[in-house]
Amino acid sequence: MSELRIAVPRGALFAQTLELLDRLGLSTREVRENDRKLLFEDVGIVTMRPSDVPTYVEAGAADLGITGKDVLLEQSERDLYELLDLGYGDCTMVLATVAGEDPAAEALRRLGVVRIATKYPRIATRYFLETGRQAEIVEVKGSVELAPLTGLAEGIVDLTASGATLRENGLVVREEIAHSTARLIANPVSHKLKAPAIDALLERLHAM
Amino acid sequence: MVDRIPSGTRDFLPDEMRELRAMTDRIRAVFERAGYGEVYTPALEYETTFARTNPSASGPAYRVFDELGNVLVLRSDMTIPIARLVATRYRDAEPPFRFSYFAHAYRSVRPQRGQSREFLQAGIELIGATAPEGTAEVLTVLCNALDAAGLETYRVGLGDASLYPALLDRLGVDPDRREHILTELANGDFVGLQKEVDALRLDPEDAELLLRVPQRRGGPEVLQTLPGPLEAAATGMRAVHALLAPEVANRLIFDLGLVRGLGYYTGAVFQVYDPAYGVPMGIGGRYDELLGQFGRPLPAVGFALNVERLHIALTSEERGRSRRQLP
Repeated sequence: MSELRIAVPRGALFAQTLELLDRLGLSTREVRENDRKLLFEDVGIVTMRPSDVPTYVEAGAADLGITGKDVLLEQSERDLYELLDLGYGDCTMVLATVAGEDPAAEALRRLGVVRIATKYPRIATRYFLETGRQAEIVEVKGSVELAPLTGLAEGIVDLTASGATLRENGLVVREEIAHSTARLIANPVSHKLKAPAIDALLERLHAM
Repeated sequence: MVDRIPSGTRDFLPDEMRELRAMTDRIRAVFERAGYGEVYTPALEYETTFARTNPSASGPAYRVFDELGNVLVLRSDMTIPIARLVATRYRDAEPPFRFSYFAHAYRSVRPQRGQSREFLQAGIELIGATAPEGTAEVLTVLCNALDAAGLETYRVGLGDASLYPALLDRLGVDPDRREHILTELANGDFVGLQKEVDALRLDPEDAELLLRVPQRRGGPEVLQTLPGPLEAAATGMRAVHALLAPEVANRLIFDLGLVRGLGYYTGAVFQVYDPAYGVPMGIGGRYDELLGQFGRPLPAVGFALNVERLHIALTSEERGRSRRQLP
């Protein structure tokens, strides 16, 4: 059994995370071959949705985890150590609305408040608060691009890598809110009690 | 219809109470034997009492009006009430004072996180004893209490709240940036710390120092071969270490990155861990400036253990032990 347990995000960061773990000398073959199994005790890997990674790491159910900065910003109150910017999984949190005259600006001017659909209610709330604008934040779980096309909201706050999905749905980026990459996080107690193992891993990551 | 209780509170039934009571009785015996007499103070205090110290995130969360319109708070820890008690009831008595307590404190909670609004703390305060002797005494009582609780694998992190600020001073970092840097450090955001340090445009060696120091933690070797500006700052930790019996010293993790959020700590800070449990079970440290704010300037040191968390760690340890005994 491995000394450290690492929470690995399935989804957009999955492939590059496994590549990174391969280069660190962890055997990820079983993880790649088995997409139903979640816990790989021998190599110390657990797989889960990216937004669950901070939950497991904060509770100490995993010692380390890899997830996007977007997830960490959305769950900023969690008690975690953010150890390293891993550099991959580049994307940007943006405010987007339909192309042409900006309906969000119009709503703010004429109605005093803009409706924003998002999967990141806390980031969106904070952003509009900090920029001094009133917004009604509508949380959705799935394809957020649908919201401005159907009249649910005037704009969206969402993560985009290439902008392709936004363009296909006739949306344009109006403002960039934050930049995100994959981060290595640690449980604060593990960081103290398993210092040699964690530092050895960090050393190898720095050397890469 | 079912009557609910507020989130973050709960009922305790006999099986659990019996175990908690047995554990606190064992801890109480340790405190008594070490000469720490038990005190109790009111759960409600005037807001002005708690407002004397630096406002911090873990300050009082619950305020009520009394019949005269005074604002009262539910205490958020026992250190401040005991500082008040010493400054009033023991105004003319000769220090040092040794007090212990078993009392509930009240804090706000974040939703869905299993945090408690009301939690039982077991702790001691040693008032009128300076570093390093006072600090060493309190660390010894802490380890004896954890042994008595039945924990076998616990560790105590020892840091110094003044160490990193002293380092920033030596490097001439201006006060604005300083606050940002200390915030990143308190949040455990090393990526953010790196960005802040990069923005300072320091000499590469100094920048490396600011980034490396908070990651240094481990056995006594952490205190050896320290770079220049840290040499002096680490003397305090070395002096405490030199006074400890081996069974206490062996429990310590020296941690140059340990900075506590509680506003009143001035020197040594401690945090209690157990590998069987992912969150710290107790905190403590020196608060040499606090008593002065109540009109009785005296150096002081103490700790508070979260009894419910000790119990969780104890049950996880026991589960681990019985699993290992299976064939």
